[in-house]
Order: sequence, then C-alpha cells, then structure tokens
Amino acid sequence: MAVTELTADQTTRSRSARSSSSSSHKAGRQRIGALFIAPYVIFLVAIFAYPVGLAVYMSFHEYFFAAPGAIVERPFIGLDNYVKAFADAAVLQSFGNVAVFLIINVPLTVILALVLATALNAAIPFRTFFRVSYYVPYITASVAVVGVWLFLFSNSGMVNSLLGPLAPDPSWLVNETLAMPLIAIYVSWKQLGFFVLLYLAALQNVPKELYEAASMDGAGRLRQFMSVTVPGVRPATFLVTLLATITGANLFTEPYLLTGGGGPNGASASPVLVMYQEGIQQGNAGYAAAIGIILIVAVLLMAGVQRLVLGRK
Amino acid sequence: MRRTALAAVTMIAVGAGLSGCGGESGPSAEEAATATGGINIWYANNPEEVAWGKAMVEAWNADHPDEQVSGQEIPAGESSEEVITAAITAGNAPCLIYNTAPAAVPLFEKQGGLVSLSDFEDGASYIETRTGERAAQYQSPDGGYYQMPWKTNPSMIFYNKDVFTAAGLDAENPPLASYDEFLATSQTLVDSGGVQAAIWPAASSEFFQSWFDFYPLFIAASGGQQLVEEGESQFNNAAGQEAAGFWAQLYERGLTPKENYTGDSFADQTAAMSIVGPWAIAVYADKVNWGVVPVPTPDGAAPGEVSTFSDEKSIGMFSACQNRATAWEFLKFTTAEDADGQLLELTGQMPMRDDLPTTYPDYFAANPAYEIFADQAARTVEVPNVPNSIEVWQSFRDAYSKAVIFGEGDLPTALDDAAETVNGLATED
Repeated sequence: MAVTELTADQTTRSRSARSSSSSSHKAGRQRIGALFIAPYVIFLVAIFAYPVGLAVYMSFHEYFFAAPGAIVERPFIGLDNYVKAFADAAVLQSFGNVAVFLIINVPLTVILALVLATALNAAIPFRTFFRVSYYVPYITASVAVVGVWLFLFSNSGMVNSLLGPLAPDPSWLVNETLAMPLIAIYVSWKQLGFFVLLYLAALQNVPKELYEAASMDGAGRLRQFMSVTVPGVRPATFLVTLLATITGANLFTEPYLLTGGGGPNGASASPVLVMYQEGIQQGNAGYAAAIGIILIVAVLLMAGVQRLVLGRK
Repeated sequence: MRRTALAAVTMIAVGAGLSGCGGESGPSAEEAATATGGINIWYANNPEEVAWGKAMVEAWNADHPDEQVSGQEIPAGESSEEVITAAITAGNAPCLIYNTAPAAVPLFEKQGGLVSLSDFEDGASYIETRTGERAAQYQSPDGGYYQMPWKTNPSMIFYNKDVFTAAGLDAENPPLASYDEFLATSQTLVDSGGVQAAIWPAASSEFFQSWFDFYPLFIAASGGQQLVEEGESQFNNAAGQEAAGFWAQLYERGLTPKENYTGDSFADQTAAMSIVGPWAIAVYADKVNWGVVPVPTPDGAAPGEVSTFSDEKSIGMFSACQNRATAWEFLKFTTAEDADGQLLELTGQMPMRDDLPTTYPDYFAANPAYEIFADQAARTVEVPNVPNSIEVWQSFRDAYSKAVIFGEGDLPTALDDAAETVNGLATED
C-alpha cells in the first residue's frame, strides 16, 4: 500500500514536474513565437480588425465622413440601418443578384479550373503556351478586359453579329435576365488562370501510384479523374470554392464598368456597388457599413457551410 | 486568454482610431479667415485648364512673394467628388478646388469641408456682382455661398451637317426645334443618314447621367425650372412628363440605343447628334462638320427663349485652408475680368458672368462659333442645392432608367413615385 502510495505520489510529482517544465517551455516558445507572429497580427489588426470594428461602429450610427475637427452630429441609431437595409428593395435585389452570380460562378470556376488543370498537367503539345494563355486574363487590368467584352457583347458587337437572328433582344448587357449570368461567365473566365494554378499545384501532390493502381483495376480516364483526381485535390477544391465565393461576394468592377452602374434597372447591381453608391457617392457611410456587415455575415455563413461540406477530413 | 488579449488589442486599436477620428483639430475659423501666406490649389486635369491654372499661379506668384500659391491637377480617382471627399475626411484638402460640382456642394458642406464665402466681407457682393441673377441658384439653404460659380458649359444640340445632308435634310436650318420635328428628323437620320443612332446619350445608371438627357430638355420645356424647387419635385409636372415622354419615344423607336456606346458616338459618326457644351468645339473641330442648335422644346420655342442645363463647375474653398484671406484674394484674382478672358481664350468655356458677348467682343469676333454658347450661357439652370442632392439624382435616375429607357410601367406613375421619394430626401435635415 505504502509502495503504491509512494508510487502514486511520485507519479503525480513527476507529472506535475513534466507539466510545469512543459508549461514553462511552452511559455518560452510562445514568447518567441508571439514575437514572430507579431508583424502579421499587427497587419491583421490594422487592415482587417480595425476596419471591421469601425464598420460595426458606423453601422449603428447615422455616420458620414467629415472633416477633422468639424462639429457634426452622428447620433447612435441602434439597428435602424440594418432594418432599412432589409427593407430596401435595391439592397435586397443586389443580394439576389450576387446569389445568382455565385450560383453560376463558383461551380463553373471549380469545374473548369479542375478540368483545365488536369489537361494542362498532362503531357500535351504547347503546354506552357496554354498555361500562360489561361493566366493572362487574370493579370490583365479589368478596365482593359471589360473594354474588349463591351465590344464583344454590345448590341452591334461581334457575338450578336455571329448569332444573327438568334441574338437576344434586348442585347446581353441591357437584358435583365442575361446581364448577371454574363458577368458571372466573364468573371469565371477572367479568374480562371489563378484557380487553374491552384489546382496544378494540388495535382502535383496526387500520387502517381494511385493512377497506376486504378488503371490496373481497369479504370478509364474518366473513372480515374472522378475516383483519383477529384478526391485527391479536395483540399484545393475547398480553397477554390472559398476564394471564389469571397471574391464573388465582393463583386464591384464588372457591374460598375460592364453594365454601366449595375444596370439594366439594377439587375446586375452587387451589394458592394450599392455600398459604393450609398457610402462614397451619397455620403451615407453608416448605411453602407451596415450593408457591408450583412455581407460579411452572409459570406461567413457560406464559408461555414462550405467548410462543413468540403472541408471535412 | 490569448483570444481575450487579441480582442482587447483590437478594441484598443478601434477605440484609438475612433477617438483619433474626431481628435484632430484644424485651424480656428476666425484665425484662418484673416491669415495670409502660402496656399495650394487643385484644378481639372484637361490640358486647357491645366494651362490656364499654371498661368494664373505664375502671374499671382510674381506679385505676391509672401503668399505663394502652388497648383496641381486633381489627383486621379473614380471621380473628382470622391477624391475631394477623401481629402476632406483626411484633412488635407487644398485651399481652393477649381472643379467643384454644384451637386456635391451640399454633401461637402454637411461634412464641414467648405468655407462659406459669404463670411468674407465682400463675399456675397462679389459673387452677385460677377454672376448676376444666376448667383441665387448657387446659394445654400442657409443663404450662404459655399461655392463660387465659375464657368459653364451650357448644354446644346451638336449635329453632324454631313449626315443631315446625306439624309436629305437642311443642314443649315435643321428641323430640330419642337419634339415632333426632332423625332421626325431623328427617324430620317437613322433611315437615310447612314448612322446607327440619331442621338446617343449614355443609358447607364450613374446619378449624373440625367444631366445630359432629361434635365436640359426639362429645363427648356418648363421655362427654366429646377428638378426640385422649395423642397418640392417639379419633374412630375406636364413639362417633365413631356420631356420624359420625348426620350421614351426615341428609345422605343430605336432612334436612341438602350446601352452605352464604347467611345464617342458623335466623333465616330455613329450618332448624328449629341448634347454638349462649348468644350465640344475644340474636340470635334477637326473630326465632324458640325452645327449647333438649342435643345428642343415641346412646341419649338424661339432660340432666345430656351433655357438649358448649365453643366457648371464652381470654385470651393475648403476648411482645411489655413490662409483663407490669401485664398479669397487669389479666388478673386482668378475670376476677375482678365482671368475670365484668359479662361475663355484657352478653354472655350464660358465664365459665369453676365454679358459675355459685350465683355469680350474681340474674342467672339474672332471665334464666332462660340457666340451662340455665350448667348445660351445667360439662360442656364443649375442642379438644385438641396440636402441629399446626389441621392436625389440617383433616385430620379433609377426611376427614369426603368420607365423611360427600358419602357417599363406607366411613365406618369413612375415620375410621381420618384417625386415622392425625392421630396422626402430633399427636405431631410
């Protein structure tokens, strides 16, 4: 019994000593670790946390930008900006528009990027040329690329000339049904190069042996793609989906330039475009901040769902 | 624990930032009002105005060694108004900006960014003497002048004489005075003139686009009314409905396209007409054989009775200015008769002063093409100086876009609904 007690006591002390040593060691590691991560934490606080905190503050006030030292009234108004946003037809329409955009853009991006990356990963002629070609739109200034698309899809543009009597009426960019899907296709095309690159990187980590084994089991190219490639790049798919959703939710340049300020009749207006109009052009910064916070929450919810579906081990 | 710490750091940063927002104080208004010394100014970035701005700064600096002025083009941005808003918020706006849009003045004023020029002893009298009766349109609701009306580009109809001739129309006296004439001429131009559009204003949704389609015609049809007067919308009256209906017919008949043109439709001779100001003379001189007439009215009013949109730009004095006495003197120096003459000479834009043809007879004798714009400049109407000005214009544009450009719903009802919204915005504090 005494032996047992001694042993237990020793064990406890030993554990305690190990724990203490471990804690002390951890604390030491944490201090140096904290130093190393400090620049990034400061960056996060300055670039993300502070603006989000300020946006939350603004959204609860009748806030507008003012000159330093100017005596202005920006009273606390509680949830009024949020209530107004949920009752504002233009805001609701913009969220609906961006939902249409995401429904088209995200799956299209994932599928095309994965298929193209798989093709570009194979030993095909002019592989480098194709890889660069798909990447060029991504690094080209949006204003320039939008100009090209305006020429392509205007009423008298090349696409309608080719379609002839099959051209839509009203034309693409002024058609309430087609404007947003066209923007979704444009953005998918423009950003494809970046996502192809992510998938190409991911494909390097799929073991060749798996393809060999599948081949020996009689799997054809399609079966290998579905059973080896798709599961093999699942983490990349989660990343692509997440990034495409986040960048898509922040859609601004295309409705601003391609469809002339979210037209026709707001059919291509995005929440960020509405924020720009309200906050920057019209001086309703508090209201714009409320729309922004709603957008952040919506994106976080979507990201959470994507993590549940795609991010599980 | 770590999360708590991070949250605390974030809260401190936010708190510090927030307190910093209101913590910085500028010079006291009383001290600044009488202070003299160096100042900086911004002007527009087109070559003509840059040349004028540099000439003004050079002339002033030669005689004022202790009150030197430095000038620069307005920094690049989506628009001048956004750049100015950012500068006001950051507290680094220049003393004077020679490109202040009247529609943005109510917002700049609300932001505490503008100095009331009426606070200078001779402020109101100087503006009213130079600008005449039109000065009243630039007064804010509190009676003060927060802008100096500077130059105007009265909107008129430019037309391509060659296209008119090709369509079998009289290019020297084109039938464009009444709505019926204008519509018939437009149909002929598209049918026989070899152009895609009779006239092609931007069909997009930006708040300012109505200044270049509906508003000049509404002003002309109504005999010089503003969009909003004394807090009440005017555009849903008979004149507004006629002007909107006129554009609706152009869109419906395909004489005006429903999408933006990528480029300059008039210069490319894709459209036979355009609504422009005198700046266009220099731009189109070598490209188009042009003529100019007033904007149409429902029944074809005589040219001397037609009013139009001013497309004016003002000079704003900004509250970050520490030497406002110098700024005020420089502002007067650059809007004196000689300086206005140089502006006219270099840019072709009309200074906001009465009797231009008699004040600068030599210029108009040498440049007769500008005379019609000088005559029109005396009958210009500004955007209303009301609270939420830009929101008012965006609300109107949204309704106009739907009912007129895309022909959805009942037009009078759409204008009435928009008027109700605008009335609420224009009377908010």
